[in-house]
Amino acid sequence: MGFMEYLQYGFIQRALISGVFIALICSTLGVLIVLRRLSLIGDGLAHVTFGSVALGLALRIYPLFITLPIVLVSSLAILKMTQRARVMGDAAIGVVSSIGIAGGVILASMAGGFNVDLFSYLFGNILAISREETILSIILSVIVVGVILYYYHEILSITFDEESAKASGIKTDRINKILVILTAVTVVLTMNVVGIMLISALLILPAVTAFQIARGFKSSLVISAVTSVLSVILGIFISIAVNLPTGATIVLTNFFFFTAAFLTRLGKDHF
Amino acid sequence: MPMNVIEIENLRSRYNGIDVLEDITFNVSGGDYIGLVGPNGSGKTTLIKNILGIVRPAGGQIRLFGHKQSAFQEWFRVGYLPQRLSSLNPGFPSTVEEIVALGLIAKRRMPGYSSKAHHDAIDRALDLLNISDIRKKKIGELSGGQQQRVLIARAIINEPELIILDEPATALDPETREQFYAMLKHLNRQRNVTIILVTHDIGSIGQHANKLLLVDRRVVFYGSFDDFCSSTHMTDLFGTHSQHVICHRHEF
Repeated sequence: MGFMEYLQYGFIQRALISGVFIALICSTLGVLIVLRRLSLIGDGLAHVTFGSVALGLALRIYPLFITLPIVLVSSLAILKMTQRARVMGDAAIGVVSSIGIAGGVILASMAGGFNVDLFSYLFGNILAISREETILSIILSVIVVGVILYYYHEILSITFDEESAKASGIKTDRINKILVILTAVTVVLTMNVVGIMLISALLILPAVTAFQIARGFKSSLVISAVTSVLSVILGIFISIAVNLPTGATIVLTNFFFFTAAFLTRLGKDHF
Repeated sequence: MPMNVIEIENLRSRYNGIDVLEDITFNVSGGDYIGLVGPNGSGKTTLIKNILGIVRPAGGQIRLFGHKQSAFQEWFRVGYLPQRLSSLNPGFPSTVEEIVALGLIAKRRMPGYSSKAHHDAIDRALDLLNISDIRKKKIGELSGGQQQRVLIARAIINEPELIILDEPATALDPETREQFYAMLKHLNRQRNVTIILVTHDIGSIGQHANKLLLVDRRVVFYGSFDDFCSSTHMTDLFGTHSQHVICHRHEF
């Protein structure tokens, strides 16, 4: 079967459309959170996602409805702990992350162990994404990108030097809050693409790929977005053609781009 | 009589429940060049962070250009060069041009702001600091002295009336340091820019500043070098030698 024939299937169209939108927001936010040394926030919030999906399944509520608010609150809790309770950023992520995992394990065991539904969220299945989920992905992705573009200069300024940004009159607390809320929304959306276990890969890999070869902040965002989108598209087609799990294939395709960029930089540095 | 750029009255600042600054009262006039000195942990950096709104005061009043600091909106009139050059992320993927342009954020919503004005301001700041030739380089590829120039360019891009610098010369080699001080003197004397310079370099501050602010949780001394040289405050904190060095080298 050729690629054009694959495109005739509705489930592949939905996977490609939602995957591309989610790849765009992951790669953009990824650049910001990696530079702010908050790379593990994706991992931490993914663990919370696990706990809230388990809660949704136990209560028989559609997991996305319960996951989004819980992950949003958790992301703000990480921020508050860092700002008010003087907990270091990585420690705050660790606290929220372990509570999420612990809660998920307890809920899963109360619900009779890890069932098929929970496993499908852990490892993701973008090919099973519904029409409604695709529309939601598009809407939320447009909102996330719109907010990033609107606050682009403020976000860049805070990312480079928060103290000076504050001295320029930027409301840094507000921008930090916006950034973690956007990350929370992105993490929840990404759950459908690569699964809870691999969310942070989609946030981190395109960004660190871009940093190998980019010559400026804007080009970092562009390279990160391009490699992320290509990884999703190639990952979906490769996984179907060779019958591999789609989420893991997308992540490994991302890793391939990272390796290529890393070797390119090494080559430039030495020759 | 020049207007007061900064007015501070009974300022108190706390950190971890401890008073770092108490009963700070002083005014800064337009065109002043103030050397802010004091022993380690005396509250110099906390004082400027209070002035800039980075740290919220625990009490007292700060006014900038006649406005209450908490309601102050015209941050483009203030340039700031922070202390921690060493904490710059060397892998930060931004070019010199992008970093310098960040200074414009304080003016972003001002009327008349345009792309042309934006580029002209960047060009002027780069030219003034003599770094136009490295505008496309990434910040992490530069030497400490060049990085410092980039951050200064960012601080002065809006042609501020007040510049606050926190130990700006620590990363600079002696030659670059002299050029840097000469540039500050030029801004102060030719453009009437008010400067507050936090420094440990007490040996050379007398060559540049016209006033000295000595803090040790409180204002220990604030006034002209002539007054300072006839007082005993500095000898109490730094010893007799430092007073001799500063007063001997003071040019004003």
